[in-house]
Amino acid sequence: MAKDSRLILDPLTDNNPITIQVLGICSALAITAELEASIVMSISVLFVMGVGNVVISLMRNIIPSKIRIIAQLIVVATLVIIVDLVLKAFAYELSKTLSVFVGLIITNCIIMGRFEAFALGNGPYRSFLDGIGNALGYGIILIIVGFFRELLGSGTLLGIPVLGDPIEKTGLYALGYENNGFMLLSPMALIVVGIIIWVQRTRNKALIED
Amino acid sequence: MGLKQNLHNFKEKNKDKKWLPGFNALFTFLYMPNETTHNGTHIKAADDLKRTMNTVIMALVPCLIFGMFNAGYQHYLAQGLIDSADGFLGASFWTWDNFVIGLWKVLPLVVVSYGVGLAVEFVFAIIKGHEVEEGYLVTGMLVPLIVPVDIPLWMLAVAVVFGVIIGKEVFGGTGMNILNPALTIRAFLFFAYPTWMSGDKVWVHGAVERDQAIANGANLDAISGETLLGYYAKSGQELTVAGTDTVTTYGARAEELYSYADMFWGIIPGSVGETSKFLIIIGALFLIFTKIGSWRIMLSTVIGALVMGLIFNGVVDAGWIGETSKFYGLMSVPFWQHLIIGSILFGAVYMATDPVTASQTNKGKWIYGFLIGFISIMIRVFNPAYPEGVFLAILLMNVFAPTIDHYVVQANVKKRMKRLKAKVA
Repeated sequence: MAKDSRLILDPLTDNNPITIQVLGICSALAITAELEASIVMSISVLFVMGVGNVVISLMRNIIPSKIRIIAQLIVVATLVIIVDLVLKAFAYELSKTLSVFVGLIITNCIIMGRFEAFALGNGPYRSFLDGIGNALGYGIILIIVGFFRELLGSGTLLGIPVLGDPIEKTGLYALGYENNGFMLLSPMALIVVGIIIWVQRTRNKALIED
Repeated sequence: MGLKQNLHNFKEKNKDKKWLPGFNALFTFLYMPNETTHNGTHIKAADDLKRTMNTVIMALVPCLIFGMFNAGYQHYLAQGLIDSADGFLGASFWTWDNFVIGLWKVLPLVVVSYGVGLAVEFVFAIIKGHEVEEGYLVTGMLVPLIVPVDIPLWMLAVAVVFGVIIGKEVFGGTGMNILNPALTIRAFLFFAYPTWMSGDKVWVHGAVERDQAIANGANLDAISGETLLGYYAKSGQELTVAGTDTVTTYGARAEELYSYADMFWGIIPGSVGETSKFLIIIGALFLIFTKIGSWRIMLSTVIGALVMGLIFNGVVDAGWIGETSKFYGLMSVPFWQHLIIGSILFGAVYMATDPVTASQTNKGKWIYGFLIGFISIMIRVFNPAYPEGVFLAILLMNVFAPTIDHYVVQANVKKRMKRLKAKVA
């Protein structure tokens, strides 16, 4: 089953939804200022995409093609509401940070894109792998961006100070280091994603389109 | 055999080496290259890019030297060590002490700016296998002039790396960049380390350190040196005059702070090289005379700023805005004063005229410059968080410059089409 493993591995590297297909950029910009938010967002999307792809795949023969977008939206919306309620119940503070962006998973282009491009034409098992693969590809970029933005912007990781205390001037701060406030602003997320794209295409020249 | 021949032989011998572009970059400082272009149309002229850049640097040198004196002067003045402030030509300004402090603080900025920036340029030239481009020569000189004197050197280095790579190299290097690299560097510093780039402590050498010492219990007088813009931005808030019980509002004491002459000659706190309007005007005349800088952009930027200033004065005169408004302080500044407070002149002369990022068409240059002046003053008045909006305005118009050119060219095409049709009919 070499082909099935590609369904998971391809989106992680050479067919990454964010860096190659350039989908789902909005949430990558909005919520990656903290690593924790990035991770939770990735898990939420992983759940929605994995389950959603299976559901759509199971229903693919009974959905009339004229109203398929509506059907897909209902499936995503249902799953997103489940995620939202779970977050509110078990991680209330975090759900406030993520606020509308969990709701906006509904409009994440990656999800609708995979429904349209894959789940409508493939069986549930392969659709599941495809959904997981793309969500992981999305998540890995979010986590890389979130890692650098939180580390350089706030000097913390997952809320734990790793570079010392900026007010007490310990650790790196004793040497005159300061947090980079620009990292916390959205433009920097775009630039970090751009740098990832740059590195990726330098390593694999086949990805350069022109 | 002279030095030139020796260097040339050295170059021929090492033709295939990867580091040769690095050697060539230094070689062409001294001598004109003796190769000619082999293909395509080319203009024969003595001033190549390196000569052009050097002309701009010459225009900047007076600002830099003045900036060194001023850094020391502000430092001693704030500490109360200068008793009689006797103006630009006065004996208390051009002193050896002032210069030594200034040199000690400003020279490292220049060295870091050039060292880091050229290192990035060399690395990219070697990776991409082309000659080192001269674009950084002017940028490297501009950067130390547009930052506060006490900026930590590592911050400057980080910003230069960012500015040169993201502002220029990713677009394809010199001549291809959309944004002015020097202003990209400043914008990065401004948003990344706002505490070092704005406020009333950063403009005078030693003010921040002294503040920290006082916080730790040292028995010193706090020193500060606000720029006039920072001062106006706080207008409407209450202010206790030091040493007295007088409580007044910020805007009311502007005249006591700095005289117009001080502002014109430049002996006020500010970024290193942008304070002296006199030397900037000299530099502008030099650039116009050598035909390096576009007088259209300089003039239209000034006009734009004056028009916006007049509009704000009109709003104040019409009584649409009360004295309690936080915009009142800057809106009521006489329109011509906007030219001598802040760095709009420096931006107009050295930044907006960057031939790569400005509009190319003559009509486009008028529009481009006018909007820079217009928007600068608008940001200055409406956003107290960014009291100096010139760099934001120029970056914004950099982005729009190609669009302006496009419509200017299209309008011309349309006009000529009409004429042609009229002739045929």
